[in-house]
Amino acid sequence: MLTDVLQYLVNGLIVGALIALPALGLTLIFSVLGFVNFSIAAQLTAGAYAGWLANTLLHLPLIAVLICSFVVAGALGVVTDRIALAPIRRKSTSQTPLMVAIASIALNMALENAYRFYFGSGLNSFDMPIARDMKIGAVRIGRQQLHNLEIAIGLAVLLALFFSLTRIGKAMRAVADNVDLARLKGIEPVRLANLATFIGMGLAGIGGALLAIDTSVDPSTGSRLILLIFAGSVVGGLTSLPGAVVGALSMGMIGELGLLVLPPVYQSLTAFVAILVTLLARPGGIFSGATGVRR
Amino acid sequence: MISYLVFAGTIAGFYALLSLGLVMTWGQGGMVNLGLVGFVGLGAYASALLSAAGAPIWLDWSAAAVLSGAVGVALCFVVRNLRGDYLAIVTLGFAEILRLAETNEKWLTNGSDGISGIVAPLKGYFGDWFALFYLLLTWTLVAVAAFFLNWLLRSPFGRALRAVRDDEQVAAVAGKSVLRLKLQAFGLGAALSGLAGALYAHLTSFIAPDVFIVQLTIYIFLAVAAGGYTRLAGAVVGSIALVALLEVTRFVAAVIPGLDAVQVASLREFAIAVSLIVVMQLRPDGAFGLTNERSGFRGSRPIQDLGQRQKAVLDDAS
Repeated sequence: MLTDVLQYLVNGLIVGALIALPALGLTLIFSVLGFVNFSIAAQLTAGAYAGWLANTLLHLPLIAVLICSFVVAGALGVVTDRIALAPIRRKSTSQTPLMVAIASIALNMALENAYRFYFGSGLNSFDMPIARDMKIGAVRIGRQQLHNLEIAIGLAVLLALFFSLTRIGKAMRAVADNVDLARLKGIEPVRLANLATFIGMGLAGIGGALLAIDTSVDPSTGSRLILLIFAGSVVGGLTSLPGAVVGALSMGMIGELGLLVLPPVYQSLTAFVAILVTLLARPGGIFSGATGVRR
Repeated sequence: MISYLVFAGTIAGFYALLSLGLVMTWGQGGMVNLGLVGFVGLGAYASALLSAAGAPIWLDWSAAAVLSGAVGVALCFVVRNLRGDYLAIVTLGFAEILRLAETNEKWLTNGSDGISGIVAPLKGYFGDWFALFYLLLTWTLVAVAAFFLNWLLRSPFGRALRAVRDDEQVAAVAGKSVLRLKLQAFGLGAALSGLAGALYAHLTSFIAPDVFIVQLTIYIFLAVAAGGYTRLAGAVVGSIALVALLEVTRFVAAVIPGLDAVQVASLREFAIAVSLIVVMQLRPDGAFGLTNERSGFRGSRPIQDLGQRQKAVLDDAS
């Protein structure tokens, strides 16, 4: 029993680490641009496909594959955002965040169907050497999964350094905090918004590639995960980057622990309940009371 | 050809019922319901199961509407304090959970195989004329729903509801029960979705979880956005336009050589999604424009409260 729980916790940590990357992206975009971008699911899939092509056609090593995923998903994210969503953002009313969110669902559907048109509905697996699972005590861990965990954590640390040390990172936090004040200090919000979209979608892309290495990629890879990604982001407060990581990791573990009582098909249920409970306990997200966080 | 048109017309009526429901909740009530398709599924399954148990058709359909409405009221009560985009996430998740239940509760719903052989009402009596009868029946329901909602929205209830949509605090200060109005609007929308689901189930005589996916919600948002999302007439016209677009893309996709079935389907979905984005960019107020419901003069949407509230979305204007 105890080893079961331990095994579930380890599995949950690994799932959570993969979810953490797109959850970070979603949170970053929400805090800088102020709307919920549902199309992150499609960008996650884009990253997975880009990685799959880089791996199977070009036979690139893992790091190059992930860079490919990052750049493709990020670039596609910015381009589609400029074409589809930016014109809707321009008209600013209290309804605008919701309108852009709905448009982003449509964008997600458009992209997903574009993938289906080109790649078909089949599952595509990466061409990676399969390593034997490691055993620590009674707990089994896949080497690739352990690798994924390291990469996810490394990226989160890198991102934290970027936001606390670099000028651009600080400027981005300033925009997230208060657009008007940031503008007053001579920060150009639109360029930063594009950068935030690029980084956010790129992170989702890497998450997608890592996930697809572990399993496979098909047009709906991202959409199947969207509830879990949102859960990670919402539980973490939707505007807090460390919160997104903590939220995603805990969502991963709660979801796996839920398997003790729930049939596996209902794993999304834990994500939904977590979203609901978080929002009901604090309608503005966990960190809504904190100063300097945009509501 | 005639039977094809009759079928398309019936589907348009199905979309129109859903659009009317969405206008009620979203356009007039100010609450986004991205879980629309969940309520459709609820109604469809309720009606199909009851009908299989031998209940008469009027009972099946009423039960579908009542069940969906009740679940809608309950959901709305739980999420009563959530703001727009959070409501979007929760309702979207809710529909997904319902779909999971439909897929996995095999003892009740027969899982992903779905339920087939759902009895159509009076099919033996009408024989060959059944399709036409069903078309008329559908559009009669649409007309009844539209007239009822129109009456409702012109009444003091409608004005109070719009007041809640535009500013909850002001409405509350004016003595309106904000929560009750919200519950009523959301419940009515959900009940209409459930009724539409029942209608659909008995039309096609087959339902499965795959029918009730988020794409259908996007279809209805397109219909409502195209027609002007506070307008009942816009919802009906938008639904007809939606079916026209769906059928046109079907023919266009069939003309292009060398496409397989998956590609044709994805092309259609792609067209729908892009249309919604284009409509929202070019005509955010819909084809019918908006009338200022408070004064009767044509004017801008009363929600615009620039300067009162912090600008929510980073825009490109400056």
